[in-house]
Amino acid sequence: MATDSQLAMWEVFMQSKPGANYIHAGSVHASDKQMALQNARDTYTRRGEGTSIWVVPSDAIVASNPDDSEMFFDPANDKTYRIPTFYVMPEGAKAI
Amino acid sequence: MTEQQALYKYCLRMGDDALIHSYRLSEWCSNAPILEEDLALTNFALDMIGRAQAMLDYAGKTEGKGRTSDDLAYRRKEREFYNHLIVELPNGDFAYTMARILFVGVFEYYFFSELCHSADATLAAIAAKTVKEVKYHMTHAIDWTLRLGDGTDESNSRMQKAVNELWMYTGELFETDEAAAILEDKNIAVDMGMIRTKWKEDINRILTEAKLSLPDDGYNQTGGSNGVHTENLGHILSEMQYLQRAYPEAIW
Repeated sequence: MATDSQLAMWEVFMQSKPGANYIHAGSVHASDKQMALQNARDTYTRRGEGTSIWVVPSDAIVASNPDDSEMFFDPANDKTYRIPTFYVMPEGAKAI
Repeated sequence: MTEQQALYKYCLRMGDDALIHSYRLSEWCSNAPILEEDLALTNFALDMIGRAQAMLDYAGKTEGKGRTSDDLAYRRKEREFYNHLIVELPNGDFAYTMARILFVGVFEYYFFSELCHSADATLAAIAAKTVKEVKYHMTHAIDWTLRLGDGTDESNSRMQKAVNELWMYTGELFETDEAAAILEDKNIAVDMGMIRTKWKEDINRILTEAKLSLPDDGYNQTGGSNGVHTENLGHILSEMQYLQRAYPEAIW
């Protein structure tokens, strides 16, 4: 991988409206918190997409390893009783 | 000078400042140190284009000869532009561009904050929109001034050089011409004395925090209010107005 000379990486999360979940929008380069916030604003909110922004240093994010994906995610696939639709709704039951 | 003529000129002056500063910032497009800063500077340019359009539109309406903002932007001669000289100076390096946004931005923040209370409802409305934009420009420039001033020896010396070179162009920002004086009596224009005091306090504080020294006040450049410019404005206009002059009435 080529060395990136353009300052540290930050991940940008945007909230589209008050109360909504923050969604990953992309990443920016910056040397400090204030610059990261301003760069995120200038890069991702130019057309009024957001009401609030989080920026997080990329190296502060802990990611799962693709090699571990079987261990992490497969066990849930064959246990349908973990899913609410596995259970039949008793006929006439109202307060469920 | 009638009140109508005064208002026309006052609007032109604000519109021209935005138009010419916007032109300079758009020159950074694809040339900024990093992509994010490229977007920031061109965003500022777009904010200023919007302000220029609003101000020149209103100038045209005030004049009452049916001229649009495009007519005023692309068909006036150099001597008919009234922008402050500081906005037409070439970009220099990144520190120079930031020092200019700092000086002009702090001025415009206080100027438009006051203009929000103008007796002229149109100017007050444009000012209310503009003040949000220039607050951001100012904040961005303050942060960069602190970073560069209190950064490396190289960044500090470049920032200091920019501050020193631009200093003689800052006095003109607070000049009051005949048009402004007429409108100030009607509570339409802004009182410059108070803005100058606030500007000086802020700039003093910011430069000190950024480990930069405040230049001594000396000779100040002047001329924009009379349409007398540096050699730089002619070059800007020859490029900016080329299309409308070569192909009048050309449309997109």
